Amino acid sequence: MNWVVDNFGLILQLTVIHLQQSVIPIVLGFVLSLPLGWVAWRYRLVRGPVIVLTGLLYTIPSLALLILLPATLGYSAISAPNLIIALTIYAVAILVRAVADGLDSVDEDVRQAATATGFAPFRRFWAVEFPLAGPVILAGLRVTAVSTISLATVGILIGVTNLGYLFTNGLERRIIAEVFAGVIAVVIIALVFDLVLMLIGRALMPWTRANAAAAQGAAARVATTRAAA
Amino acid sequence: MIEFRNVTKRFPDGTLAVNDFSLVLPSRKTTVFVGSSGCGKTTLLRMINRMVEPTSGDVEIDGESVLGGDPVKLRRSIGYVMQNSGLMPHFSVIDNVSTVLRLNGVGRTAAHARARELLDTVGLDRALADRYPSQLSGGQQQRVGVARGLAANPNILLMDEPFGAVDPIVRVDLQQETSRLQRELDKTVVFVTHDIDEAFLLGDQVVILDKGARIVQVGSPSEIIESPADDFVAAFIGADRGRRALSLKQTPRGLVVVDSEGRTQGAIVGSDAAAPASADGAAP
Repeated sequence: MNWVVDNFGLILQLTVIHLQQSVIPIVLGFVLSLPLGWVAWRYRLVRGPVIVLTGLLYTIPSLALLILLPATLGYSAISAPNLIIALTIYAVAILVRAVADGLDSVDEDVRQAATATGFAPFRRFWAVEFPLAGPVILAGLRVTAVSTISLATVGILIGVTNLGYLFTNGLERRIIAEVFAGVIAVVIIALVFDLVLMLIGRALMPWTRANAAAAQGAAARVATTRAAA
Repeated sequence: MIEFRNVTKRFPDGTLAVNDFSLVLPSRKTTVFVGSSGCGKTTLLRMINRMVEPTSGDVEIDGESVLGGDPVKLRRSIGYVMQNSGLMPHFSVIDNVSTVLRLNGVGRTAAHARARELLDTVGLDRALADRYPSQLSGGQQQRVGVARGLAANPNILLMDEPFGAVDPIVRVDLQQETSRLQRELDKTVVFVTHDIDEAFLLGDQVVILDKGARIVQVGSPSEIIESPADDFVAAFIGADRGRRALSLKQTPRGLVVVDSEGRTQGAIVGSDAAAPASADGAAP
């Protein structure tokens, strides 16, 4: 415990750096995944390949990716951008599928109704399809956020400093408290980030809770109607 | 006036949904397309607001082809009510009703004020304005759907089996309301249903359709009941059974009408009570 108290400044500083290195790939991955996921959803033919390809990205070991990417693209491995690019790729791997699944989850009747009431395609996407895909996309985003924040610690192995530093440094100097401090800091950031995303989701999608409550009632009503029929 | 001119629709999978269909739908009247599922009635309806484009032929509104202009603009000028309401689950009731107005660039406050009036028109409590569709009953959702269809005050209202998914008691209620709205608002209504009773209740012009949207008979409900075009129509409207196969029975107090089950449906009134009357006068 003494170590944590003595080095609180360091932990805080690393946490801020860690957050920066995580938030950028999460946001970047989200922005890139929207058009990719839309294409995968809209064009049945490319859907399989896009989902499989992005899914495969996730299976590449992180350390290998961190070494191979700069080697093939010709930039320095020992840099925050290298870590950020790798993490963005992982984020895309999860989110493309989430976006495609989310758009799939939109009721076809609602889509038809939107067209019939006079939404042009672009406006229909932003006003109807994207928000209604929201809950599924948000679920993907939460997984992405937690995974990115924890994955970012491998950065230390290529010399990019963040909370991962507490792992390697603690291990070398045999300070178990330091390693634990690192683990707990990562978990706390991940949990807080997840909570923030959840709250943002609630604020932006107030209808989801109304629908969830009504769905239970509706299921009961359908059951009784069926029984009556 | 809506006019179909030799309209054919073949879907990419080869299905011939509509085959050389021609018909005039008079203004300010309700035309009902009725037929069993898969007869192409919904396809016909959707060709009016270009949700479906004909393979050949043309659909005209007041002499102007719907295929000429911008489909989005066209759809905003035509009310559309569908089965299962088709409401936006993420919009509140008031926002759902305001949708078309907002799309047409009406300000939020003005659109909401108009939407509140429409809730009155369709018989919904204004207190429901801030609810989400999932918090309403099926019947209430359909009323919101009708209010949304009427919001931009369109001349034409398309209704695609709007009451197919609500329970029978609510359905009768909604049918009466629709009939009242039609008298009050004087729109050109095109209504699709597979329920012949609904068709006879709401239609000024009833179009009975068979596969490929082949017109089997067009006429007022009375014309169709009085002289079904063929056995198909007679069977479809149930002319030979139940409430539409009525006969007269002499009782001590006068003539009454009984249905095929022998249940008395009503009495013949008026001076010519002694003369055998045509059966349809007593049909509900």
